[in-house]
Amino acid sequence: MNELTAWERMGLIRQKTRPTVREYIPMIFDSFIEFHGDRHFGDDPAIVGGVGWFDGTPVTVIGQVKGRNLEENKTTNFSMPHPEGYRKALRLMKQAEKFHRPVICFIDTPGAYCGIGAEERGQGEAIAQNLAQLMRLKTTVISIVLGEGGSGGALALGVCDELAMLENATYSIISPRGFASILWKDASREREAANRMRMTAEDLVELGVAERIIREAPGGAHRNPVLTAEYISGYIRSALGRTRGLSMEELLEKRYGKFRKLGQFTLPE
Amino acid sequence: MLEDLFDKVKFRMGSDKKEQRPATMEVPSDLLFKCPRCQQVVFMDQFEQNCKVCAACGYHSRISAKERLEITVDNQSFHEYDSGMRSKNPIGFEGYEEKLQEMRSLTGLDDAVITGECRIMGEQCVIGVMDSRFMMASMGSVVGEKIARAFERAADKNLPVVLFTASGGARMQEGIIGLMQMAKTSGAVARHGEKGLLYITVLTDPTTGGVTASFASLGDIILAEPKVLVGFAGRRVIENTIQQRLPDDFQSAEFLLEHGFVDKIVTREEMRKTLADLLKIHYKGGGCCE
Ligand SMILES: [Zn+2]
Repeated sequence: MNELTAWERMGLIRQKTRPTVREYIPMIFDSFIEFHGDRHFGDDPAIVGGVGWFDGTPVTVIGQVKGRNLEENKTTNFSMPHPEGYRKALRLMKQAEKFHRPVICFIDTPGAYCGIGAEERGQGEAIAQNLAQLMRLKTTVISIVLGEGGSGGALALGVCDELAMLENATYSIISPRGFASILWKDASREREAANRMRMTAEDLVELGVAERIIREAPGGAHRNPVLTAEYISGYIRSALGRTRGLSMEELLEKRYGKFRKLGQFTLPE
Repeated sequence: MLEDLFDKVKFRMGSDKKEQRPATMEVPSDLLFKCPRCQQVVFMDQFEQNCKVCAACGYHSRISAKERLEITVDNQSFHEYDSGMRSKNPIGFEGYEEKLQEMRSLTGLDDAVITGECRIMGEQCVIGVMDSRFMMASMGSVVGEKIARAFERAADKNLPVVLFTASGGARMQEGIIGLMQMAKTSGAVARHGEKGLLYITVLTDPTTGGVTASFASLGDIILAEPKVLVGFAGRRVIENTIQQRLPDDFQSAEFLLEHGFVDKIVTREEMRKTLADLLKIHYKGGGCCE
C-alpha cells in the first residue's frame, strides 16, 4: 500500500532522476527502431515513436519524452507536445493498425503545449482526432502513465483498452496549481488541490478511469529503474494476454464501453 | 410560434441601420452593450434588435440555447432528449452542488447543453446547443452524456447531427471524470460517422479547451459565426507562457479559417438556410457507384 499523498507523489515524479520513456524502452523492448515526423509539418521531439519486439511480438511504441536536465528538456519542450507530435503518434497508430501490431503508449506530460504555433496548427483538432481515431483503432492499445498525466495532452495517448498507472504516477484534468488558481483564485493552494483532486493511481482505479496499478521499485522508480522496467514488462505481458482472445468487434465495444460508462448523473423518475 | 419569432428576428435584422447615439457615462451599464471584440458601446435594445450582433464590427455575441433554438429550428418541431438530467459530484468537490443549484436557478437549465430532435426548414436532424451562461458551458458528466446519447440516437435513427458549440472546456469541478467526457463524446462522434452520417459543427463564442480538443473539431463540416473566439489554450495562458501580447484576431473564427480549421464563416442571419442546404445536399447520398 502506497502511503504517500498525491502532493508527495508529485514531488517524487518530478525528481530529475525519475526514469523517462527513453530509458525504459531499451529495458522493455528488443531492437526498437525510432520513426520520425507527422508527414505534414515536422517532427516533434516531445513524442518518441517506433517499432520493436515485445516477447517475440512486434509492437508499436509511442511515448511522451521528459528530459532529465535543462538541455534535454529544451529539446523535448518539457514533454509538452505540439500538434505535429500528436499527428506523428496518430500516423504510427494507423501504421500499427495496418500491420496488426499492438500499440503501447507511455504517458508522461504536464499537458499539450500552449503557444502560438500550437494554435495555428490546430492543437485542439490534433488531440480530437487522436481521441476519435484511437477509439476506433482496430488493434490492441495499452496505455501506461509513467509520471505525470496532464489533461487532454495525456488523454490523446490514453484512449485505450487498458490504462495502467505506475504507483506514484498522477493523472488529472489540470495541474493542481491551475485547479487552485481557477476554482479558488489562489494558486498557492496547490498542495491542497493535489490532495483533493483525486489524481493518484488508487483514485483513478476507484473512479473507473484506470484498470491497473504497476508497482515501482521500493522508494520509487528512480531507486531501481531495471526492477521497475521488469514490473512494467510483466504488466504489458498480462494486458496483451487479456485482449488476445477477443474478436475485433468485442475489443472495440469494450473500449468504447470503458469510456462510455464514465460520468455520474441522475435522471428524473 | 417559433417560425414567427424567426421572421420577427429576420425583420429586425434588416431594420437596424439607425443612428448610433454615443454612450454617455450617466447610462446604467445594463442598458449598454460593450463589444468584447471592438470595444464599441451601443444601447442594449439596439443590440438586441440586431440579433445580438455588434453593428460596428459584426461580432456575433453569445445567445442562450433557447434563443438559438428559436432562430434555428422549425416551429414546434423540437423534441428534447434527456430533459432533467443532472450532474452528481464525482470527486466530491466542496461547493459543487451549490454551484449547480445556483446555475440552475439563474439559467433555468439543468446543465450546459440542450439536445433533441428537430427540423430545420423541413430537414430532420438531431441538434445540440450549448449555453455559455451555465458555468461557461464547461463539459462535465451531463454535457458528455447528453452529447454521447445524441450521437448514439442519431446513429440508431440514421439522422445527421448539428451541434452549436460553446465552452470553456472540461469541467474542473468534476476532476478526471470531466476530462474523460472528451474521450466519450469523441468516441460517440466516430461511431456515428462510421455509419456514413453527417455531423455539422457550428462554432460559437467561445469554444475552447477540452471541447475544442474533442467533438467541436470533429465535424464533417465545421462552420463558425464571425469573430467568435475558438481555440485550445486560453489567451492568458499563452501570453504568460510566451511572455508577449497576442494580436487581437488571434483565435478568432477568421484566424481558424486562415489556418484551415473552419470550412465556412456564416452569419447568424444566414445560418438557418445554410444548415438546411447542407442537410439537404447530404440527405440522398452521392451519385457515386453503390
Ligand atoms: Zn464589435
